[in-house]
Amino acid sequence: MEIIGLPLTRICNREYNDPRQRQLFKNVIYVGALAALLDIDMGVITELVGDQFKGKEKLVAPNIHALELGHQYTLENFDCPLSIRVEHRDLVGDRILIDGNSAIGLGAIYGGATLAAWYPITPSTSVVDAFEKYCKRLRIDPGSGRKNYAIVQAEDELAAIGMVIGASWNGARAFTATSGPGISLMSEFLGLAYFAEIPTVVMDVQRAGPSTGMPTRTQQSDVLSSAYASHGDTKHVLLFPSTPRECFDMAADAFDLAERLQTPIILMSDLDLGMNDNMSEPLHWDDDREYDRGKVLSAEDLDDMEEFGRYLDVDKDAICYRTYPGTHPTKGAFLTRGSSHDEYATYTESGEAYERNMHRLMAKWETAKQYVPGPIMTPAARETGYGVIFFGTSEASSLEALDYLAEEGIAIDAMRVRAFPFNDEVEQFIDAHERTFVIEQNRDSQLRTLLMAEFEFGPDKLKSVLCFDGTPISARNIRKQILKKIPGSNVTPLRRETARLSSGEGS
Amino acid sequence: MSYINPTFRHPELAVNDLGYTKADYEGSLSTLCAGCGHDSISGAIVKAVHEMSIEPHKIAKISGIGCSSKTPNYFLGKSHGFNSVHGRMPSVATGANMANRDLIYLAVSGDGDTASIGLGQFTHAIRRNLNMVYIVMNNGCYGLTKGQDSATADEGSRSKKGDPNPFTAIDLCATALQIGAGFVARSFSGDREQLVPLIKAAITHQGFALIDVISPCVTFNNTEASTKSYEFVRAHSEATGTLDFVPMRQEITASYHPGTSNEVTMHDGSVIHLHKLTEGLDPFDRASAMNVIEQHRQQGQILTGLIFMDRDSRDLHEALDTVTRPLNQLGPEDLCPGSKVLENINASLR
Ligand SMILES: Cc1ncc(C[n+]2csc(CCOP(=O)(O)OP(=O)(O)O)c2C)c(N)n1
Ligand code: SF4
Ligand SMILES: [Mg+2]
Repeated sequence: MEIIGLPLTRICNREYNDPRQRQLFKNVIYVGALAALLDIDMGVITELVGDQFKGKEKLVAPNIHALELGHQYTLENFDCPLSIRVEHRDLVGDRILIDGNSAIGLGAIYGGATLAAWYPITPSTSVVDAFEKYCKRLRIDPGSGRKNYAIVQAEDELAAIGMVIGASWNGARAFTATSGPGISLMSEFLGLAYFAEIPTVVMDVQRAGPSTGMPTRTQQSDVLSSAYASHGDTKHVLLFPSTPRECFDMAADAFDLAERLQTPIILMSDLDLGMNDNMSEPLHWDDDREYDRGKVLSAEDLDDMEEFGRYLDVDKDAICYRTYPGTHPTKGAFLTRGSSHDEYATYTESGEAYERNMHRLMAKWETAKQYVPGPIMTPAARETGYGVIFFGTSEASSLEALDYLAEEGIAIDAMRVRAFPFNDEVEQFIDAHERTFVIEQNRDSQLRTLLMAEFEFGPDKLKSVLCFDGTPISARNIRKQILKKIPGSNVTPLRRETARLSSGEGS
Repeated sequence: MSYINPTFRHPELAVNDLGYTKADYEGSLSTLCAGCGHDSISGAIVKAVHEMSIEPHKIAKISGIGCSSKTPNYFLGKSHGFNSVHGRMPSVATGANMANRDLIYLAVSGDGDTASIGLGQFTHAIRRNLNMVYIVMNNGCYGLTKGQDSATADEGSRSKKGDPNPFTAIDLCATALQIGAGFVARSFSGDREQLVPLIKAAITHQGFALIDVISPCVTFNNTEASTKSYEFVRAHSEATGTLDFVPMRQEITASYHPGTSNEVTMHDGSVIHLHKLTEGLDPFDRASAMNVIEQHRQQGQILTGLIFMDRDSRDLHEALDTVTRPLNQLGPEDLCPGSKVLENINASLR
């Protein structure tokens, strides 16, 4: 270890008379010195100073002067550069740096959303901010200069979701963005959308609960409250993105899925993915793609039909045909309701009709499995009885942990789940392994609970690997927890020093 | 289209300009209690819409939960409707209106639905000046859950439950006026003469139009000591004046004494005549309207009729500057910026 003393105070005192400046420029002089010692390209740093003070151009020159001061002093007084240096590299290729929330906002624009109704809440606020920012550029009607979109800041989440449902019922693509407390408030309406079968898109950026919890920390703890939001027998489709690219894709897909399946779709991001800049594959849009508006009847369709029943399962896939208000002067109207209804949307108290409807909704849930994105598998190098399932932002650290474990001779197959309902592959994966670890960022093993509820696996099959301290789960933590649960394996710290430094993590 | 009118025909069979009879605007048979005020309001809606010759599919009916909110099933059977959740009809109406500004949003709610669980959404729909007709079927109680006092029950009023209501009432018209509603009216389910033209005027108003209709609940709140009973309302209401609604392109036949009538041309060309106005009421002045409501309240009188109207109302679409084409009719060519634009966005993020 080499210790280098820099007389920062002396340099400042010599250069500046104003005591404030003497204090302020110390840091910048230090950066200049580092650039000399580590051989960092001064051009890059001066450019960054320019970026930093955009709009306050007066401050650029004095800061660059301070940088050079440090740089020059160090070059003159020390042996520069040191043996460790910084070099230019380009390993990122065409990848981009973007936060998940901006990617969701853009996905909503590409997906054709025309209404965002929302109530501000960390960490989801920047979803609508991004939607608005890009809409101002991309969604102004060229003829009139008016907006091809509307953003309504609602009075609360009860209203925000009501607006989304009203707009979707009326044939527009609409969404709301929220976090855990908002999901709680939206629950009753989500049940209505499920039961009356109205497309509804919710972007949930999860934070640490319960209650106000740690609103500025990350967690994956809205899984159960979203999956089963509302009273009665309800289940909602969830999507789990793990990168900004997937935030974009899934946000756009959510509108197709919602209209195809006529039900709420909840995109489950989290604070870590949503609010931090992440390295990501570039966003991609296929210009040949068409929106899937689902089963909607036009006036001509209605004229050609013998009978219309809003909840008639004509195609036997449990998805029925709907009509928008205003379609036909005399045909296709019905009263949408959250009360029990028959195939013609008429109120009924018949237990039989009610059961028929609930069974069809369950059949629709099966249909949904064909439409939601499937899991992604990363098989181990050799055959193994161990599997691991993770979702969302646990991906990178999970895969890193599996690399460490593989080096130690422990092979584990991996599966990243991307949606609820779980596709059949998920069941087969768990079946095929003696033991599957479920990695998630909450206390109560929420995904594991869902897996057990949906597939009726016993508790022995699925073991939890958890982190819920509000920080993103780390590879070291995952490795440690998995090792503890593998019979016969000794837990040795990965690297003695780092393990000591990180103690306290992973409770 | 031309019609040869037979010399005699049953009034129910009279056709409007579109060739529809009144039956074309009716809904399913009501399951409400016989004599319930809400049914009379449904009847007034049917009559108003029929007479205005509105195509049924140009109207969307929206409601919350309650006996009152069930009524969309009993009127305009050829219009789409949405019976939503308790107290949250305004948000559903807001979303629906955002999606398609070309339809008429005709919403009904109860006093529980509006003044208690839905008070927040009610006020915010007013604030945003959502273009909708908002009819409150106000019976001073929760009919559907068996007659509990609602927040519009007058202090001291006694329902079938017996105990006098100890709390002051929320006056929905006064509340709406204070928040900035552009069309505020009160009526009585038993006064179809007054209610029908009010509904017509509310439909033509561009923006939020409230009609608070006192609508007795015969089962739970039509008692002698109730201020929402048929008898009490008949004995204590005073009309602000008379309102005549003359649809666009129709000749004005009535003649008014000069100086006794106010004429308002609505944005679609229909004309409203207000005459024999209550002393001291200028229906185009918000402060005057609030004053007159309060004066009548202090005298134990219920003021009915059109109370206030803003002739320069700007609705939510105007405020948000959305395109004139309904948002639900925009296609991918209007909405999706395409791959080239996305590549540029990618480039800006490297
Ligand atoms: C969230 C919720 N809470 C309570 C109820 C029960 N409930 C149904 S209608 C109603 C009150 C209805 O009163 P009002 O709106 O005045 O309608 P009315 O029946 O008097 O016409 C209540 C409390 C409900 N449906 N939903
Ligand atoms: S209970 Fe009252 S409000 Fe409900 S239908 Fe009967 S009379 Fe009407
Ligand atoms: Mg009531």
